[in-house]
Amino acid sequence: MPVTTLNGKSVHVNEEGFLTEYDEWDESLAAVLAEQIGIQLTDAHWKVIRFLREDFKAQGETATTRRVQQVGGVPVKEQFTLFPKKPGKKMSYIAGLPKPHGCV
Amino acid sequence: MKRLLVLGAGTAGTMAVNKLRPRLPRDEWTITVVDAAQTHYYQPGYLFIPFGIYRPDEVTRPTETYIPDGVDLVTGEIDRVFPDENAVVLMDGTRLGYDYLVIATGTSPRPDQTPGMDEGEWRDSVHEFYTYEGAVALAEKLKTWQGGRLVVQIVEMPIKCPVAPLEFTFLADAFFTEQGLRDQVEITYVTPLEGAFTKPVSSKYLGDMLDERKVALEADFMLERIDPDTKTLVSYDEREIGFDLLVTVPINMGADYVARSGLGNELNYVPVDKHTLLSKAHDNIFAIGDASDIPASKAGSVAHFSMDLFPDNFLRHVAGLEMTGKFDGHANCFIETGHGKGLLIDFNYETEPLPGKYPLPGVGPFSLLKETEMNHWGKVMFRWIYWNVLLPGKELPVPALMSMAGKRQEDV
Repeated sequence: MPVTTLNGKSVHVNEEGFLTEYDEWDESLAAVLAEQIGIQLTDAHWKVIRFLREDFKAQGETATTRRVQQVGGVPVKEQFTLFPKKPGKKMSYIAGLPKPHGCV
Repeated sequence: MKRLLVLGAGTAGTMAVNKLRPRLPRDEWTITVVDAAQTHYYQPGYLFIPFGIYRPDEVTRPTETYIPDGVDLVTGEIDRVFPDENAVVLMDGTRLGYDYLVIATGTSPRPDQTPGMDEGEWRDSVHEFYTYEGAVALAEKLKTWQGGRLVVQIVEMPIKCPVAPLEFTFLADAFFTEQGLRDQVEITYVTPLEGAFTKPVSSKYLGDMLDERKVALEADFMLERIDPDTKTLVSYDEREIGFDLLVTVPINMGADYVARSGLGNELNYVPVDKHTLLSKAHDNIFAIGDASDIPASKAGSVAHFSMDLFPDNFLRHVAGLEMTGKFDGHANCFIETGHGKGLLIDFNYETEPLPGKYPLPGVGPFSLLKETEMNHWGKVMFRWIYWNVLLPGKELPVPALMSMAGKRQEDV
């Protein structure tokens, strides 16, 4: 896996730029990652990102948009407003987690 | 006496009781299986009903025919599992105790979960082919449909048999061509995925096949609602697609009793260890087939390969030993492509579908990710194999775990 420098910190990323090590992420990196994809983080964004981080720790996989709605309490419609076009991909990118996998 | 209780007599549940009955001594174990229906459906056959390729009566058999001697079949709807009391209660009040429970109640399309779907236009201009009733209703519709905008659409992954919507599209193209109607039909394939299929190599092959058939692809489309009055699909990011005939694949969910019993995730699937199928929450509950949350296809093929490993694992587990069979998510699927040809894909948790030959490296007779007549005949023969070999729990001469032999790695 390639290593890149974000915010003065070395982190491991995959070919799409997603962080691959859970513990290399911190909240200051989230703002940098968000800015790269044109998103300014507000409290509403943080609610989703913190849920994703906690849920991944417990479940070992990234929550889908449906799970963020059902368990995290943020409606899918709002996720599309916060993370336009591709919420599943954008939320996980900012949270330093793998993309939620669409199963085969 | 120890009691094994299996919920669901579909593909996985029926295979499980057929494989376990000979392995569990009758003077030590009772086996009971519960199902709401008295009919067993050959679900892969639903795809062919709308086009008149199969008659409806070719996909049904009585459930009891496939339940072996020494297994009690109970017909009834499940109300709730009480995992702390090791008991299941049915809707009619019957209480069934167990020592080990196997959940095999699968997954079902849920049109009620999308606003506007099962209102007004349902079974009129809005159809599905994942139920017996739906496939038969769509066959009736296609008999008289004169053309227009046909939209084939998937609401959300995961779905049962994820290649079936593509097969439906290929068969529709062939069907309308043979009817002399193809010029009057505009076909659009709408998916929440980034491309035609989930994994890069097969997505490219299958995407090219849509192109060749002049089928438009609308990707990354997350459906919010259907407007039945204007016959329009509306996505969360406010894209709109109009249709004259919609063939949708509704959200798939596990059984509601799973949720009521506190055993499911947000889609009512039971969280299990993906290699052994043992519940993460209860040491005497397994979930097999589509009912579990394993990150594999929801398909009879996965049920089949995982059931090759399940009996040994089950016997070791009840004996207090570690389970040594490690299921790898292996699946293979024939993909019907129309005009008497088909494609075959073979894959698992780690390896995406690749081109090559199967099951014998270099020989086949089946070709992977390539349209051939032999693959079509494989699919046709499979119905016989399902009823006569798989459901009765007999062995097919192909390995349970996926093999890389005969496959080529390819850059996309």
